[in-house]
Amino acid sequence: MAQIVIKNVKKQFGDFTAVRESSFTIEDGEFFMLLGPSGCGKTTTLRMIAGLELPTSGEIFLDGEEISQRPPSQRDIAFVFQMFALYPHMNVRKNISYPLVSQGMPRAKVREKVAEVAKILGIEDILDRPVGGLSGGDRQRVALGRAIVREPKAFMMDEPLGALDAEFREHMAEELRALHDRMGATTVYVTHDQLEAMQMGDKIVVMNNAVVEQFGTPQEIYDKPATMFVADFIGSPSMNFLNFHGKVGSGSADVAMHQNTFAIPQTREPFEGDMAFGVRPEHITLSDDAPFRAEIIATEYLGTTQIVTLKTAGGEAKARISAKHPAKTGDTVGLQFNPNTITLFDRQTGRALKSELNEGVLHG
Amino acid sequence: MAEVTLNNVSKAYGKTQAVADISMTIEDGAFVVLLGPTGAGKTTTLRLISGLEKLDSGSIHIGGRDVGDDTPAQRDVAMVFQQYSLYPHLTVRDNLAFPLRSPILKTPEDVIAQKVQTIAETLQIPHKLDNKATELSGGEMQRVSIGRALVRDPQIYLMDEPLSSLDAKLRADLRVELKRIHADLGATLLYVTHDQVEAMTMATHIGVLENGRLVQYGTPREVYEDPASIYVASRLGSPRINILPAALFPGNHKGDQIGLRPENIQQGDGIEATIIRSEHLGDQTRLHLDLQGHAITTLTDPHQDYADNTTIKISPRDPLYFDATGGRVA
Repeated sequence: MAQIVIKNVKKQFGDFTAVRESSFTIEDGEFFMLLGPSGCGKTTTLRMIAGLELPTSGEIFLDGEEISQRPPSQRDIAFVFQMFALYPHMNVRKNISYPLVSQGMPRAKVREKVAEVAKILGIEDILDRPVGGLSGGDRQRVALGRAIVREPKAFMMDEPLGALDAEFREHMAEELRALHDRMGATTVYVTHDQLEAMQMGDKIVVMNNAVVEQFGTPQEIYDKPATMFVADFIGSPSMNFLNFHGKVGSGSADVAMHQNTFAIPQTREPFEGDMAFGVRPEHITLSDDAPFRAEIIATEYLGTTQIVTLKTAGGEAKARISAKHPAKTGDTVGLQFNPNTITLFDRQTGRALKSELNEGVLHG
Repeated sequence: MAEVTLNNVSKAYGKTQAVADISMTIEDGAFVVLLGPTGAGKTTTLRLISGLEKLDSGSIHIGGRDVGDDTPAQRDVAMVFQQYSLYPHLTVRDNLAFPLRSPILKTPEDVIAQKVQTIAETLQIPHKLDNKATELSGGEMQRVSIGRALVRDPQIYLMDEPLSSLDAKLRADLRVELKRIHADLGATLLYVTHDQVEAMTMATHIGVLENGRLVQYGTPREVYEDPASIYVASRLGSPRINILPAALFPGNHKGDQIGLRPENIQQGDGIEATIIRSEHLGDQTRLHLDLQGHAITTLTDPHQDYADNTTIKISPRDPLYFDATGGRVA
């Protein structure tokens, strides 16, 4: 198994820059997510690691060896596409054996390997079935089996669960993660689904417009977003941005916004201009006597919690509060924010201002 | 708008009983969501009301009138499908005006212009009115196709998973928008989905379908807090409710199976469970536990860190009880 280091990797297709100077490290055994909207460069990054595309510049190290210009066959990486890609005329056993047979492995050894993989995936009873009649889940397990059986140094997966309906997707995501925990193989996984990334990943790289916006553990990225893009892309509902014009010094522990003063994590840089006050929905509480007022414009019941949409002086915001708390459309309420969780952003650039909260995470 | 009642409605396709003996009342001004997995009979029920399918038995009344023999047009219902189907050669304005220009409705042009404008504003697409339908994004196209239903003033709006082809952000926006439209227009809506969030957040009433049968009908809160069976309890709530043998926990039990929503598992006291894995989702952390061979999912504080394979003690809070066949007993 393997560590993968991406160093200043760049990819251009003619005039179009697909990936701009990206660097990050995937540790041995990690389940690593490349997350972003379509067209952000995440699939191109994955394909460069696998060798399906060659970087325009930069280096890629697999276990310390520079491999960026090598063909895929010399990289010992298995690529799992949309998992339905199986050989339709072969049965399950032949599908899984195929990579080994084509390497010229002796038949007895192949049988042994396939049996082992089938056991890991729990598909021993369908080995002699044609792939045509299999359920969606079994087809995916077979496709995975074909990747696992080679024992590659790392797995690359490109939105493998993208085509499934929500309920089944959640189930397969759990199964995939459990499989990873059993095998401990380094896995790089591309998705545009933030929940999938948070749920399965040890680490996440968030990409946008060919640039790596942030890199870290799911909780770190959620709590300490480096940019407004990340704050907006992660979380459902996403982070609220209350707009205001104001100023903070270096070392301020509060900020004035719309005639009120709010406590914030101590700032580490001064700023003056158009800002966004970033607060997650679960860190807003409704309180009758708080001076910062808002009108309730919608409520959405979710069982234990409810989402309340509010009209404030800084724009629309959503709060996640207990379903037991009364909230009626049309009512005016006061808002309080959990001060330790606030991130201020420079609205122009979208960059988070440095503070006590995020100083360990932000770089540059 | 009108009240719609279904009395013992059934429909079979060959040997498959798609809808079995459904009775329910969609009150005037209600937003009713039919919830169930693929094949539960949701879409068939909708098509029976619209007149696109014929009843095998039972009756349907719209505004007090039996519509069993009426054509879809005579029933005066407006339908929105999952796949938006706009006229590609027409502008957004003409797409929206199309139903009003139907020979049955005979709407004067100045009334049409005014209605189209109002609906476009409600759906926040007035600046797109002169675009060709093909020049819109997916979300805009679906809004136009919803708008094409809304320009009419039918007895009831019937919507078949109208948001399922949209991305998550847009879906969340349109959920709020649909709810607002419902409140503003006082419209009667029957909405079909397999998405529990849509059902919970928009509905005034949820009807849960299982194999063609209506197994529970009530407000979202009633269905969530007081489910009639394991099947219903498992349809709402994410992560899903944990169903376990009651005997795993000490004490007297009112049923063989215990149902515990993830948030109703107390940590600190009780019996030992092993932590298999924690998932940090930002606003919450999910713990996957093993309790004597049974998998349990529970929630914990986002910043609580537990190492895998350590143990914690858990006990039930506000448990639901079910009998051996899954029916609710307490």
